[in-house]
Amino acid sequence: MWACIVLPHLAMDGILRQQPEASGGDAEPLVLVGAAASSKPSTLSTAGAARQVLAVNGPARAAGLFPGQRLVAAQALLARFRTVECTPAMVTGWQELLAAWAYRYSAEVVTFPGAVALEVGRSLGLFGPWPRFEQRLREDLGQLGFRHRLAVAPSARAAWLLAGAGDGGMAPDRTALEQALAKVPVQRARLPEGVAGSLAAMGITRLGQLLALPRASLQSRFGAELSAHLERLLGDRPDPLRHYQPPDRFDAGIELGHESVSSQALLFPLRRLTADLAAFLAGRDGGVQRFTLELLHERAPATPVEVGLQSVQRDPAMLFELARSRLERATVTRPALGLRLLATELPAFIPAARDLFDGRPAHALPIPQLRERLRARLGADAVYQLALTTDPRPECAQALSAQTGGHELPERLPRPTWLLHRPIPLRGPAPRLLAGPERIETGWWDGGDIRRDYYVVETGQGQRAWVFCAPGQHGPWMLHGWFA
Amino acid sequence: MNASTASAASLAPLRGLFERQQVWQGRRAPPGPGAEPTGWPELDAALPQGGWPRAALTEILLPADGVGELRLLLPTLARLTGGGQTVAVVAPPYRPYAPGWCLHGVDLARIEFIHADDRQTLWAMEQCLRSGSCVAVLGWPRAGDSRHLRRLQVAADTGQALAFVFRSDRHAGNPSPAALRLDLLTQPQPALRIRKCRGGQPPSRPMPLPAAWP
Repeated sequence: MWACIVLPHLAMDGILRQQPEASGGDAEPLVLVGAAASSKPSTLSTAGAARQVLAVNGPARAAGLFPGQRLVAAQALLARFRTVECTPAMVTGWQELLAAWAYRYSAEVVTFPGAVALEVGRSLGLFGPWPRFEQRLREDLGQLGFRHRLAVAPSARAAWLLAGAGDGGMAPDRTALEQALAKVPVQRARLPEGVAGSLAAMGITRLGQLLALPRASLQSRFGAELSAHLERLLGDRPDPLRHYQPPDRFDAGIELGHESVSSQALLFPLRRLTADLAAFLAGRDGGVQRFTLELLHERAPATPVEVGLQSVQRDPAMLFELARSRLERATVTRPALGLRLLATELPAFIPAARDLFDGRPAHALPIPQLRERLRARLGADAVYQLALTTDPRPECAQALSAQTGGHELPERLPRPTWLLHRPIPLRGPAPRLLAGPERIETGWWDGGDIRRDYYVVETGQGQRAWVFCAPGQHGPWMLHGWFA
Repeated sequence: MNASTASAASLAPLRGLFERQQVWQGRRAPPGPGAEPTGWPELDAALPQGGWPRAALTEILLPADGVGELRLLLPTLARLTGGGQTVAVVAPPYRPYAPGWCLHGVDLARIEFIHADDRQTLWAMEQCLRSGSCVAVLGWPRAGDSRHLRRLQVAADTGQALAFVFRSDRHAGNPSPAALRLDLLTQPQPALRIRKCRGGQPPSRPMPLPAAWP
């Protein structure tokens, strides 16, 4: 069973979702323009004049603008409207994004022009029953910001056809499909080129009439292509569709439309991009450990901002927060025109396991995520762990990170809990000796050898200090640690 | 007659309100979410809840560094880390020295040391407390007033964690929202004074510290 999602306003939604709601949305007339889609290159008109309207929003449509209009004609009708350049590559990009999103719900995803179809029959066990699954799909699409029409049919092509004819079409089996298809006008049946016109001239307006005709005579009149199309619609003939394969990298960008110097203005596109990245990662069941944000400038190379994570992540809120704090700390010398997010390494994502009997609050942030959050703001080396080493020199008796751990303390000699970065002379009145001496004489193997007598002393203020002096002497004292 | 029937009629719903416990009446505050044993029997006995107040802020005031302020907590840290729970140590004033911590049985693999400058210390502490993944958070904020400490207190409550703040005893006179305030004294002899404790009257005399201190 296939569900097909038709995106009637793919280009317009794709543009609108890149803009914060505050800056207009549907309020002002907005027109997407691009190169004329006609295949005949016109030698007479200049390149500028060949541009035509690709999509319009509500206010623009109310003013009489329509897709396919030439831009000059639109400008004659309406004095002021905002235009946004739209290229076929952008539309393909959004369709790819939706395919990546659909891949989360099904292993078989097919793209049609302006539509995405996914096999849902085998996913029902996981996401079903269908009404709940459908609601989930619609919620996701709403969050992604795409208006859509959805229909279900036994074959992908039939679902595409039904979704094109109306929202919510439901044809779970063959009889229901034939009934549903019967009402579809032949003009909208995605028939081979030219056939629909001839059929209309013959008085055949609905697909039901066409399906009732003998298939053999249709074939002799219109060729094999039409009958093959009808058989694929009904699922009688296998449909050679190219299934979507998720790419191995994520690359998406948003243009601001104006130059911006504050990082605040980048937050909206950043939120969109990280959410898209998270949707993409969830689709391929991957995560990301390192990605690059590029600030795009006019007539200058982009400023890259590397975002590195300690572990593989894919939570959208987390990715946004981390990217945001990196972006705020980045030094950017020029105003930004746009933002691009590039992730080339997409390692497998392993969700953190939680102990069933863990007594911590249920909403607890896992430790790796807490570390990421702290590192993002405080710096990459800000969070560390300590471990013992086997070196007897106080300066080398510990190492950063827990990987080197596992050593036991050799002896239970007094050791302070704070160590000074380098020993300093102990000032004040003569301290009271509590324990010592303990001679540490070692380190000859790497030139950093030491010979010291260590004592535990109490200072006049009542502090316990770890001090040393030259062997056999009683002062001057060098302070090396505190028994805090 | 008229008035008494009116008052009887108005009393009945009032009693209903009491029975349904919809009216707050001044009573003793209910005991808090309990306490964590400190590992020092004398201190446990002196504290009204018998230990560190759970999900709350404890403020420890020091005359100087190195007077045994960590020693006070090391038994607790050893017990918590030994149980596989994570403890965060934010902006320690010196380099933590692993052998000294291990000597008291602390599992260092469970301790996250966080390096933060003066302005970020309180933020980092709040993040750790709020996360709910740290069982205890120790911090040495150089800046901050009672407003900031209140934030930490709220964060400790949110994340159900023990919060410990070490500050100079210069702050002793300032108000503090901490559930427990302790003074570490060194003169004339090492002692611990309970300056404030939630749920009870603080003892009037400082408590002498054990002979094996620190």
